[in-house]
Amino acid sequence: MSTPTPPRTEVDADLGGIAAAEEPKAKRVKQRLTSRGATAAAIVIAILWTIPTFGLAISSFRPEREVKTTGWWTIFENWGWTLDNYNTILFESGASSASLGSYFVNSFVITIPTTIFVLALALMAAYAFAWIPFKGASWLFVMVFALQIVPLQMALIPLLKIFNYDWIDISGTFAAVWVAHTIFGLPLAIFLLHNFISEIPRDVMEAAKVDGSSHTQTFTRIVLPLSVPAIASLAIFQFLWVWNDLLVALVFSGGTVKTAPLTQRLAEFAGDRGSDWQLLTAAAFVSIIVPLIVFFSLQRYFVRGLLAGSTKG
Amino acid sequence: MMSTLAVPALSLAGSSDNFWADAGSKLGGALIAIVVFLAVVGLLMFFADRAPKKGRDFIQLALFVAPALVLLATGLIWPAIQTMWQSVTDREGTFVGLDNFQVVFTDPTMLTVLRNTVIWVLIVPVASTAIGLAYAVFIDRSKGEKVLKSLVFMPMAISMVGASIIWGFMYTYRAEGFDQIGFLNQVLVWLGGTPHQFLNVPPWNTFFLILVFVWIQTGFAMVVLSAAIKGVPTELHEAASLDGASGWQRFWSVTVPWIRGALVVVLTTITIATLKVFDIVRTMTGGQFETSVIANEMYSRAFRLGQPAIGAALAVVLFIMVIPIIVYNVRTLRQHREVR
Repeated sequence: MSTPTPPRTEVDADLGGIAAAEEPKAKRVKQRLTSRGATAAAIVIAILWTIPTFGLAISSFRPEREVKTTGWWTIFENWGWTLDNYNTILFESGASSASLGSYFVNSFVITIPTTIFVLALALMAAYAFAWIPFKGASWLFVMVFALQIVPLQMALIPLLKIFNYDWIDISGTFAAVWVAHTIFGLPLAIFLLHNFISEIPRDVMEAAKVDGSSHTQTFTRIVLPLSVPAIASLAIFQFLWVWNDLLVALVFSGGTVKTAPLTQRLAEFAGDRGSDWQLLTAAAFVSIIVPLIVFFSLQRYFVRGLLAGSTKG
Repeated sequence: MMSTLAVPALSLAGSSDNFWADAGSKLGGALIAIVVFLAVVGLLMFFADRAPKKGRDFIQLALFVAPALVLLATGLIWPAIQTMWQSVTDREGTFVGLDNFQVVFTDPTMLTVLRNTVIWVLIVPVASTAIGLAYAVFIDRSKGEKVLKSLVFMPMAISMVGASIIWGFMYTYRAEGFDQIGFLNQVLVWLGGTPHQFLNVPPWNTFFLILVFVWIQTGFAMVVLSAAIKGVPTELHEAASLDGASGWQRFWSVTVPWIRGALVVVLTTITIATLKVFDIVRTMTGGQFETSVIANEMYSRAFRLGQPAIGAALAVVLFIMVIPIIVYNVRTLRQHREVR
């Protein structure tokens, strides 16, 4: 994990936080604000925060009988490990439940295209807002910015109706989920990428113009390559956001094994089989493993994106 | 627990052969969608470059902004307007004034929903920010800061559905005298108490749901505030120490004023997230046992109980609650843009 070196002295000093290059870690005077007691308190908080996930992970590898009768903290007295739970949820499909494997695939099929659609459309819009002067640009941008706070709930019913129109008729398909997620992801993406792209030095852009580059050429040859760090941060965000979503999936996916993502199946599972903890813990672990891998391997970009995104205040 | 959720359709992907064929065709479909999308974008750009000189600027501008703006207009703005209209009409579409809102603000179940939302909004931002700030200060410049950070930050990465199952397991209840399998009930027993049905007994069950969200949001607050704390100039701390200020005094008179901007950002961001909280309530209790909040109730009414007008009214209430924050944020954005 890399240190999220603060790019600026104050988080909200600059809206273009993504852009900030990492400064070399300043030599800090070893003058701690805090004492030994504080360190102890920090460790207590860290343990408290970790216990729930830890217990879930342990339990998912324990045999059904043990999980249902003894606590995971007694693992040393009630020794026993198994992969049966994972086998059951991933590959066995019973009368009332499809295997989780299909939903796992659905989650990828929903998440990957959405991430690409949002990034491509947002990059283009952000470039236009930053570098193509036009009347009302500023007003429109503020509008897009404000949209990111409008609750999704405002859009659900009417958007579902639009998807049900005869000539569109995509509700319950992957296309519906892609379009919905893309729309809901755009405002934040445009905002963040605009902050980044507008900080490209004016000289660079002017030089391209003098060379006779059209907007398309400038966009593909200069803006895209320079924006890679911002794109990486945003891609991770968009990926996690869509992967972890429940509401959009519930409303637009139709809820069958054909299109529903893991989160939706998991929520149903918690309702239907709420006492089968050996299966629930394994299922939950399957659903969080992908975000955890993304998180731990790309934490640097994740934190950077977070700092930039949270400066919207 | 959640009878309202429909049992999924029978699976056809029974054998493993079917599974791989099915997965292959789905992923193939996704790939085709991506390729087609990128091809269309590329083609449009290609032609925009070759547009007649007169009006080329306009065509290129339109190409760059129009797709996003059209999507936002049809998928967010127009639906939002329709939702507002729906909230003042009945099932048949006739105007009924504020009747739906009257239901929202007088119906006893609804009052519980509103009360719960207020409790959530009062507790989550303050608790997450306070714990996150304390933790960020405690671990600042300590050994193992990175590891300690990722431990608390990790819940941010996982889904709220996953978090709900993690905590549902923590709260599991076994009758007194049996071995507990939920950790929190075990702790109660160790302390000499009796096991408690955390999620079924109002009004306290709402607080146990809130705890889950605090668990998630603390990591966010911690990371942002930690970055802000590292921006506090060391000289300020040194000067304060020379003046004889204790660690506690330095925290309040140096650190807190310096990171005020970041604190506001964290508080408003978490407040918005809290107003919209849905997954946790949906997964853990389904809104039963007096735990429902606006976002969950909106979903239940509109999509489960066939009361779209009431659902629309709830969405509008949610929107109105967010408006002050939008106004504040837009004003800050304007100031930033003027400075530049």
